[in-house]
Amino acid sequence: MSMTQSQLRQGSIALDRSDSTLRLRLNGHWHLSRDLPAASSVIAELFKQPAPRVVSFDTSGLSGWDSGLISFLLEVESACRERGIKDDREGLPAGIRRLIELAEAVPEKEGTRAAARRASILERVGDRVLAYSVGMADFLTFLGDLSIAMFKFVRGKARYRTFDFMETVQQSGPEAVGIVSLIAFLVGVILAFMGAVQLQQFGASIYVADLVGIGMVRDMGAMMTAIIMSGRTGAAFAAKLGTMKVTQEIDAFTTMGISPLEFLVLPRVMALILMMPLLCLFADLVGILGGAFVGITMLDLSFSTYMRETISTFTFVNFIGGLAKGTTYGALIGLAGCLRGFQCGNSSSAVGDAATQAVVMSIVMVVAACGAFAVAFNILRI
Amino acid sequence: MPGSGTAASAAIGAEPHIIVRNLTMAYGSFVLMRDLNFTVKRGDIFVIMGGSGCGKSTLMRHLVGLKEPAAGEIFYRDFNFTRAQPHERELMLRRFGILYQSGALWSSMTLAENVGLPLEEFTNLTPEQIRKIASLKLALVGLKGFEDFYPSEISGGMQKRAGLARAMALDPEVLFFDEPSAGLDPISSRLLDELILELRDSLGATIVVVTHELASIFTIANNSVFLDAESRTQIATGDPHEMLAHSTDPRVRKFLTRGAEKNGAENSHG
Ligand SMILES: Nc1ncnc2c1ncn2[C@@H]1O[C@H](COP(=O)(O)OP(=O)(O)OP(=O)(O)O)[C@@H](O)[C@H]1O
Ligand SMILES: [Mg+2]
Repeated sequence: MSMTQSQLRQGSIALDRSDSTLRLRLNGHWHLSRDLPAASSVIAELFKQPAPRVVSFDTSGLSGWDSGLISFLLEVESACRERGIKDDREGLPAGIRRLIELAEAVPEKEGTRAAARRASILERVGDRVLAYSVGMADFLTFLGDLSIAMFKFVRGKARYRTFDFMETVQQSGPEAVGIVSLIAFLVGVILAFMGAVQLQQFGASIYVADLVGIGMVRDMGAMMTAIIMSGRTGAAFAAKLGTMKVTQEIDAFTTMGISPLEFLVLPRVMALILMMPLLCLFADLVGILGGAFVGITMLDLSFSTYMRETISTFTFVNFIGGLAKGTTYGALIGLAGCLRGFQCGNSSSAVGDAATQAVVMSIVMVVAACGAFAVAFNILRI
Repeated sequence: MPGSGTAASAAIGAEPHIIVRNLTMAYGSFVLMRDLNFTVKRGDIFVIMGGSGCGKSTLMRHLVGLKEPAAGEIFYRDFNFTRAQPHERELMLRRFGILYQSGALWSSMTLAENVGLPLEEFTNLTPEQIRKIASLKLALVGLKGFEDFYPSEISGGMQKRAGLARAMALDPEVLFFDEPSAGLDPISSRLLDELILELRDSLGATIVVVTHELASIFTIANNSVFLDAESRTQIATGDPHEMLAHSTDPRVRKFLTRGAEKNGAENSHG
């Protein structure tokens, strides 16, 4: 075995030039798994002056071949055609000849390769800007259509399946409680630790309760929940709607005269808008418990002192603020997920992209909204 | 029912139903087809023919309004579908039944729910009546007993047939089928051809079919358009039987004879 292996010679090529004919002598084993000679050496020969008029092949030394040889020959042939050199395929084995004919049977459709052309930098910048403005217009159209649909929903005139709505409520509410509690508890613990290190120095460790309470209720509870829900539910929306786009299910709704926006997007966004504030409240509570855990085990506070201190710090308005944030974030996540799902292309990789973009878009929008809320609350002195 | 049958057959070949004028189809700046002109009469079984990738599915998307023409217009009788307001178009869409190339069943609903949804949305039938009609339509395509299956639980060919049942749910005036027999065995595809003829005769529906299958084309079609990818336009329109008998265009002949004539010519050469 090793004998024959070493005897198999690497694919090689010898060029024979006799006045107007260029003879290619192919020797050895032409397999893709070995290093094959590049077609460029032969093509360079074709462009030398005076150019040969005929290219012929001698394959008596060829001991084996696969697609590697075919693609090499196709390159040579296309260079021949370009130069108007005749190629004489007589010398090639019949199998190779047939495959080459097959590969050349269907001419390339002009225009199909236009996208592969490399554009100049100005053109690319322009394209990007135009794409952004189109994207922005799409977003606004979607937002407008969704607002109209929501208005219909509130008046009870929207067409959707209650089952879809309930299913999404289930998925984005009760089923998310586990992960949300885990993260909220840990965030509560982290906040408490951060505060404890500093506050202990002044003997003011009881104020850890204030820190955790306000931190969770005003920002962290809603923010962490929103981030979890972007990754969990927003991505799921985008993937589900994207897949429906690929399988033409969305087209099937449109051509039936059923608005996919009302039928698919509305129940999802409404479910998130309803569930997010509840999840946020729950996250606030669990976060405070996380803080209390640190307070009791490390700072020697009693549970009732900790809770009394917590309750004394915030007002009703804090709660309302937290709820408003939850609702807004829910709407943003639903919007991003469904929009990216609708804009999905026609392949399975496009579905993956849509899910990724939905998560990125919703997290960016949530953080931006958080900033806007901070400014607004500051102005309103809440 | 027998009355409507005769009325329908009387109407066959009468008034124009779908009129396409100077239609140009493009994806962005890539023009797929230009200057398409053809007329489908009421009760016709109209076949869109052409090689793979030449734009048959795309033409169907234009006919049902999923894609806007780059130029030209589409009329349904004297209703300008291309220039219509969205709500007018929506009313028109309810008279269409469409079978997509991939079936496009709604994956989160059972077969009965798939077929029943259009009835639920656009009629005042009770749930029991809807269920009954859905079962009937499924039985028509040979899927009796599969009412409570989900699309993922049945084979590809069965999904096609279920899609057909859904397309027929509202007893539409115009039916569009994109490759209905792809993925079916020869006998099922024969039965499907018979079903298509039956639908035309009993409902008086106009039927537009995208297909490659010659046997099917010659069984069902009485009108057609032939798209050619090379020249990017239609190269023939009319009854495929006539085309086979009289067309002199080698591309049409090659397609309708499965390339047999061209090979024959080559062989006699060599
Ligand atoms: N979304 C799209 N964007 C850009 N080009 C597209 C898109 N969809 C289809 N095309 C192009 O349009 C051409 C026609 O596609 P179409 O699906 O209409 O072909 P077809 O005639 O139905 O083919 P088949 O018989 O294989 O189904 C293809 O060559 C394809 O390159
Ligand atoms: Mg197609």
